[in-house]
Amino acid sequence: MATYSLKTPIREEDIRVLRVGDILYLSGVIVTARDAAHRRIIEYLRAGKLLPVSLKGGVIYHCGPVVARRDGTWEVLSAGPTTSTRLELYESEVVEKTGVKLIIGKGGMGPKTAEACSKHGAVYAIFTGGAAVLAAQAIRRVISVEWLDLGIPEALWILEVENFGPLIVAIDTTGRNYIEEVMKKAEEKLKFFGVSLWPAVRYT
Amino acid sequence: MIEAIERAAVEAIERAVIYIPPDVKAALIKAYQEEENDVARAQLKSILDNIELAEKTMRPVCQDTGTITFYVDVGYEFPGVRYIRDSLINSVRVATQKIPLRPNSVHPFKNVNTGDNTGRYVPQIYWELVPGDSLKFTVVPKGGGSGYPTVLRMVPPGRGFDALREVVLDAVYRAGAMPCPPTIVGVGVGGGIDTAIFIAKKAATLRKIGTLNEDPELAVLEGELAKAINELGIGVMGLGGKTTVLAVHLDYSHRHPASYPVAVVFQCWASRRATAIVKPSGDFQVIQ
Repeated sequence: MATYSLKTPIREEDIRVLRVGDILYLSGVIVTARDAAHRRIIEYLRAGKLLPVSLKGGVIYHCGPVVARRDGTWEVLSAGPTTSTRLELYESEVVEKTGVKLIIGKGGMGPKTAEACSKHGAVYAIFTGGAAVLAAQAIRRVISVEWLDLGIPEALWILEVENFGPLIVAIDTTGRNYIEEVMKKAEEKLKFFGVSLWPAVRYT
Repeated sequence: MIEAIERAAVEAIERAVIYIPPDVKAALIKAYQEEENDVARAQLKSILDNIELAEKTMRPVCQDTGTITFYVDVGYEFPGVRYIRDSLINSVRVATQKIPLRPNSVHPFKNVNTGDNTGRYVPQIYWELVPGDSLKFTVVPKGGGSGYPTVLRMVPPGRGFDALREVVLDAVYRAGAMPCPPTIVGVGVGGGIDTAIFIAKKAATLRKIGTLNEDPELAVLEGELAKAINELGIGVMGLGGKTTVLAVHLDYSHRHPASYPVAVVFQCWASRRATAIVKPSGDFQVIQ
């Protein structure tokens, strides 16, 4: 487990050295995007339309912040991650087509994202779920907001951060998936308990 | 009276979204002290630092300020009964602006956010009539992440008790890292399906950690379930470690002979609640 400081724009070679369990601190620009924003990003990409912000070498943060507007400027008060699992539907295509290098969220992502990460040189990292004020402390300012018509939580918040972390690398470019490995062990334990699984529930 | 109820409700919402209740904080501190896995320990450290920072800066402890549920106990003799409903709904609008809260009320077909955390059946308000002349209500802002993996299973009554254990472990396994563990798992058994979900949600969100189940056999079962869940090793944020649940809270309702509903409701570590008591004079206090 090593600790790294990263700055945006992030280069692929700086991503390929990272391994699950490594700790990151990030400075530069991050872009929040949740379900509705991802849906629209995909629409734009497929239609060949230019996104309002370039994600090349960039960072997507799965987050819908609490914001306040004071004297005409936006302030982010509270900004922890949302469950990334829901974004598994979209992320591989986003990684492939935008050149995004770091995805931050919580709750874990699946095999499609992991495959895109190893193919295109990106990682998925976790920030502690619910640690929202801690996250907001790292946000220096709101650079801009796009797609506000999607509602405050779903808009693209383009934020300048300084030493945002600790982030734990949960999917690296070698195909390892930290949370999936933990869940494999949990599944073995269930078998040991003699518990058979119930019919699956679909979350993605 | 309208003003008193509204002020009490706004204050209760504010307290709830900023300050983690003492029982939850104590459970998280205990989990941190007992944790030996470095990654999980670091996560718990971030959680505890965040709780402290929220208190210091008076900001919402989690950005998902949830959807608001009010559990209301109205005294038969309370003089302001007619104002309660509108005051509570309005308090949510005021709190959304004042604190502020994140607007979390979205039309399911049009995908339009109302912007003020109100909407059809939102906030949720549950009513109980009780003796006395005061009004008491508990505000629970519950986040969406821990709502997502909610499970309701109709298990064969013949397998009832065994199936209950399986359903709970299966639900926790499938939820994995999604509901921001360490969680409080509420289990509702029996009743109609709505009862099962309702009592599971109340068990997860309202009952204080460390309180014993009134039924000694269920108290033992809760302990066994919590132990088995923690042995799965999912841990804090799904990154491993000793604590996956802070507590399992079980409640039951008598059931129809032909059905055995089991509901599993998760509450993330940021279990938020505050209770307001309004006297007939309009004086009120907010407690956690």
